[in-house]
Amino acid sequence: MSDIVIRAQHLGKQFRMLAIRENYQTLAKTLNQAILSPLHAAQRLAGRRPPKPRPPSTMWALKDISFEVKRGEVLGVIGHNGAGKSTLFKILSRITQPSEGYVDVDGRVGSLLEVGTGFHSELTGRENTYMSGAILGMKRREIDRRFDEIVAFSEVGRYIDTPVKHYSSGMYLRLAFAVAAHLEPEILIVDEVLAVGDAAFQRKCLNKMDEVASSGKTVLFVSHNMSAVLRLCHTGLLLKQGRAIHYGTAAEVVAKYLEQSIQLSGQVSFDLSARPRERVRDVAFTGARVLDAEGKASPTVLVTQGCQVEIDFRVRAPIRYPQISIRLWNNQGICVLVSTNMDHDLDKLNAMIDPGQYTTRCPLPPDYLRPGSYLIDLVAGIPNLQHLDEQAQCLGFEVLDDGSVDSQLAQNRPGIVAPVFSWVTQKQG
Amino acid sequence: MTDQSGQNPLNLDLNIDYDAPLLSPTALRLRPTRGWTALRLRELWEYRELLFFLTWRDIVVRYKQTLLGVAWAIIQPFMTMVVFSLFFGGLAKVPSDGIPYPIFSFAALVPWTFFANGLTQASNSLVGSANLIKKVYFPRLIIPMSGVLSGLPDFLISFGVLLGMMIILGVFPTAASVVWLPLLLLLALITALGVGLWLSALNVYYRDVRYIVPFLVQLWMFASPIAYPSTLLPQPWRSIYALNPMVGVVDGFRWSLLSAGQAARTFPGAELLGFNWQPIGIAAPPVALVLISSMAALALLFSGIAYFRRVEKTFADVV
Repeated sequence: MSDIVIRAQHLGKQFRMLAIRENYQTLAKTLNQAILSPLHAAQRLAGRRPPKPRPPSTMWALKDISFEVKRGEVLGVIGHNGAGKSTLFKILSRITQPSEGYVDVDGRVGSLLEVGTGFHSELTGRENTYMSGAILGMKRREIDRRFDEIVAFSEVGRYIDTPVKHYSSGMYLRLAFAVAAHLEPEILIVDEVLAVGDAAFQRKCLNKMDEVASSGKTVLFVSHNMSAVLRLCHTGLLLKQGRAIHYGTAAEVVAKYLEQSIQLSGQVSFDLSARPRERVRDVAFTGARVLDAEGKASPTVLVTQGCQVEIDFRVRAPIRYPQISIRLWNNQGICVLVSTNMDHDLDKLNAMIDPGQYTTRCPLPPDYLRPGSYLIDLVAGIPNLQHLDEQAQCLGFEVLDDGSVDSQLAQNRPGIVAPVFSWVTQKQG
Repeated sequence: MTDQSGQNPLNLDLNIDYDAPLLSPTALRLRPTRGWTALRLRELWEYRELLFFLTWRDIVVRYKQTLLGVAWAIIQPFMTMVVFSLFFGGLAKVPSDGIPYPIFSFAALVPWTFFANGLTQASNSLVGSANLIKKVYFPRLIIPMSGVLSGLPDFLISFGVLLGMMIILGVFPTAASVVWLPLLLLLALITALGVGLWLSALNVYYRDVRYIVPFLVQLWMFASPIAYPSTLLPQPWRSIYALNPMVGVVDGFRWSLLSAGQAARTFPGAELLGFNWQPIGIAAPPVALVLISSMAALALLFSGIAYFRRVEKTFADVV
């Protein structure tokens, strides 16, 4: 028995780029081609027809990916959307074949990607649990054994014998996640992006994922939360546009990822109309930027000048005053601080807000952040009640050293922040 | 051709060693395959519980939120029988081997409906399960299989109606002929699956199949001895005709259920309804027809499986 349970060698997956919304051909087209192409070839020979159009362009969703995972290892797979993470997982879970290279997999691969797979709206919660369990590869006896646990986790309680079409979307997702979460495959793919439901259940999902990832199982862990990756993963694989940018320890990979992300500009805007309607709640971010001391949007700010984070959000309906938070991450994946628009004015907790477009600003004082690059998460919500919007690591900026105390004295001090405090010294006799 | 480095799909710079040793004997190597692949029937057996669940789901869901529910299983063949009896049996005087036309046609419509529905279900099954195919691995063969199998309860119900008609009309099979029924049903199942595999896989790539299937089923019905007896065809045409596996199924069903003839029984008005069937005794079993049909059905099945296996690896990318 080998200690290595996954070994990928030069794995690649090529997709043919078809015209938009044309995933399948029609028979007529194929027949036409078959009948006409000898004709076309003859015409081409006679020089009457333009040369054959170029073959459909192809694209590599994955290219030359090699890595190994040992038994019990947690591998963090990091990358922006479209980097090839899901293609990689589809290959590992045998849904699709690689176009080149190979991967050896020792053990069954299960995934928390498969939330709600096989659910049918006409079936009851109980029936769907068995159905979905069977599709995900559980034996009937296994489901029998874990059934009560699944129901308890999903919190659907006595509605378990009601057709799921009568469930709220939250209940539906909770049950679906519960089934997937109680699989016991040898190798598990955990995708944190898929934490579902309301804030409380999301926390429960994340805890469950943490639990799985730290239980000694072999796990491939996907997350945009760099501190979770650092906490749970041993090794990391950073993907960008289908290529492996870096493969190494989790810490290295996180640092690389943040470095890459921070090459973003100092401003960002969010197109609400591009999002599915149900994903846009009553409060939604429309944009954010980092302002330098002169009030200009800029990806770089100076240590001694400080900066401001300016956030635009839209309120669609009268609602309780939202708490707007920023989470500030440094390039080590450490959360430096969380600050919210209510911290200095807790009375707002019970206030209301009118519909409209709002802008809020959070000043970050000079001589406070260490030089280096930072990422910002934006979170909007009503404390302990409702999650409204979240934009993870959407904004990056760099603090340049224009003469911090540390560099002036060349002391190389440790610490996450480097604030300059006004010490008071008195002579005591 | 100009050099398009990086665009070449057969870029062999990597020198991938596909024959490198496996991690362990239990490991699975996932790699590109081309052409024909193994049938992997053992894997199919390992997933039998899933086949059961998918079939069960199809059955449970089929008649949910319908007014008449399971009655549809009877209405479909029964109404066809009534229409056939009126037009073919009554007006056109199509011969029926001396058997009362209603039961002559119904004995054929029961296996035929099972076949036609199974074929239709199977053909649309892969496209209908696109979200399963894209999200989780299991042997894809299970999907069209469950489509065909889910027609079995409907078959049993309409078969019950057929038995009821036989009792009313006093038609009884012999014990020796009736034991062949399960095998004839299996023949219908194999045929439906064989064609269903071809069409379901083609449907993934060519959605035209969706429009072809109803038409195909209709044509196929008239190419099978449902409304008329196969004895209308002289030899050797009848043997060629049996290359349509449903010829063997339908003739087999009729022989197995109706060949023993009708008990001497009359009831008021029986002759007005055309029930003046003379007992014909045990007719010769259609051995040759059924054998030819079985060969054709097996050829359909194995070619269907082979084609399905060949193309299934790209289902998830296309569907």
